[in-house]
Amino acid sequence: MGILEIRDCTIRFGGLTAVKNLTMSLERGALYGLIGPNGAGKTTVFNLLTGVYHPNEGSIELDGKSIGRLRPSRIAQLGMSRTFQNIRLFKSMTVLENVKLARHLTRTQGVFDAIARTRRLREEEVKIEQDAMELLGIFKLDGRADELALNLPYGSQRRLEIARALATNPRVLLLDEPAAGMNTQESLELMRLIRSIRDRFGLTVLLVEHNMKVVMGVCERIQVIDYGETIALGSPKEIQDDPKVIEAYLGGA
Amino acid sequence: MRRGLLWLGAVLVLAALEPNLRGLIGAYNYQILVLVGVNIILAVSLNLINGFTGQFSIGHAGFYAVGAYTSAALVFYAGPSVRVLTASLPTVAQDAVLLLMGLLGAALVAGLAGLAVGIPSLRLRGDYLAIVTLGFGEIIRVLILNIDAIGGARGFAGIPQLSNFFWVYLFVLITIATVHNLVSSSYGRAFVSIRDDEIAAEAMGVDTTRFKVMSFVISSMFAGIAGGLFGHFTMYLHPNSFTFVASFYVIIMIVIGGLGSIEGAVLGAVVFTVGLEVFRGFGAFRLINFSVLLVLIMIYRPQGLLGSWTLIKRRKQAGAM
Repeated sequence: MGILEIRDCTIRFGGLTAVKNLTMSLERGALYGLIGPNGAGKTTVFNLLTGVYHPNEGSIELDGKSIGRLRPSRIAQLGMSRTFQNIRLFKSMTVLENVKLARHLTRTQGVFDAIARTRRLREEEVKIEQDAMELLGIFKLDGRADELALNLPYGSQRRLEIARALATNPRVLLLDEPAAGMNTQESLELMRLIRSIRDRFGLTVLLVEHNMKVVMGVCERIQVIDYGETIALGSPKEIQDDPKVIEAYLGGA
Repeated sequence: MRRGLLWLGAVLVLAALEPNLRGLIGAYNYQILVLVGVNIILAVSLNLINGFTGQFSIGHAGFYAVGAYTSAALVFYAGPSVRVLTASLPTVAQDAVLLLMGLLGAALVAGLAGLAVGIPSLRLRGDYLAIVTLGFGEIIRVLILNIDAIGGARGFAGIPQLSNFFWVYLFVLITIATVHNLVSSSYGRAFVSIRDDEIAAEAMGVDTTRFKVMSFVISSMFAGIAGGLFGHFTMYLHPNSFTFVASFYVIIMIVIGGLGSIEGAVLGAVVFTVGLEVFRGFGAFRLINFSVLLVLIMIYRPQGLLGSWTLIKRRKQAGAM
């Protein structure tokens, strides 16, 4: 029984079946890759998992708890966090505040403590700030903590999104094309980083990625989907040699 | 401890000013000063939902009216029996008890109204709040017009005068402190995250509906308090003071000052209230001044007079830590 279990999930938008009978099982601590050609339904899968969409059929379970009908904030509270393909940082906040916002899930102080600014609340704020700075340190962003998130270079914005997702204390981390727009050097560093945070935080990571080098280099198990259906599942080596995958990516001979 | 002393000092200063102020600056200026205070409470509280949380409410006058009439009716009808109960206290203390009772009622009823309006309209993403609050403001006004016990179309006369410079500015300080503390806590970050990107906020575990409703209810409660303070100062209320134009006045204040800036809301309230008086000679044309001012601000300073100041200051603060 894995930490994330998707069984026979289907979602339709009008006449279009974006995801069809998808079954997926992530073992605890796995580094799992989900790939497929453009329009295969990868981001839709992410949106299903995080509660942006609800499946028409099938079930999704996080650590044995059904999450298919929950709203996104509830799923985040249960320990699944994500990044976005098109970066969605809070643009009027600083780098530090972006991460601090995500720490709000761990807050213990109520709204009246906030209004009265009690000692306990101020202590908690200090703790939140320390935690956030520590996370930024891991991503080498602590030097730019007080800059507006918007002013960071593209690659740093991607790393900040991962840091922000980690600040919610997730057990499962979903990364939507984390290497998009990065050069080879940056992608290599990112791969190392993903592996190290998985080990450090004991995470299970699901990765959607276009960059084959990243997927093959970092993932231990890969599932390939096309037109919303699974066409292959296995280790990177098996996937590379699978004729169906080659056909989906390069077209039939 | 230090904050306690600060509050005590503020109360003492306000209390010392109150008896001498009218003689010092004249009855007319005194009245304007009190109105400025009421408008500061309105602007700072509206800024919480419109500026910080990014939801567009255009019915602030509705909650202002609910508070004004609730407090006035409470004191008008229940006041005499409360005075009997507190007969052993000096008159000043009796007045304070009555006023605080009225304001508490005003905050509660306005907050409940905010809850009733907010829950259905804030569950959705988009401009539903604007539509619903616009309707709400008008419904409240028409309701008041038709309730005879609170004066109906005649207006509500004979409200005891209980509020003054001291009380209004005490609540100005309370409003500013509340909103300031709130927005600089994790609650404030949640509000701003909703304004910046609702989808990302939700993905980070912010229950957006809950935080939007919370922000809206707190905002409504302070509008209610502003109403109570206003009614017990002017001693007369009329539904015509609470048309949707009154809601737009508050919006103009926070747009002039800068959405999402507390200092901006204060400045906007001062500029607008004083401006209306300065241009009184122009009659109905005086509003044109504000149209021109708004157009100029949109062209040269779209973030409002103090819109970016807050941001810069906040970054400096963060840097100093």
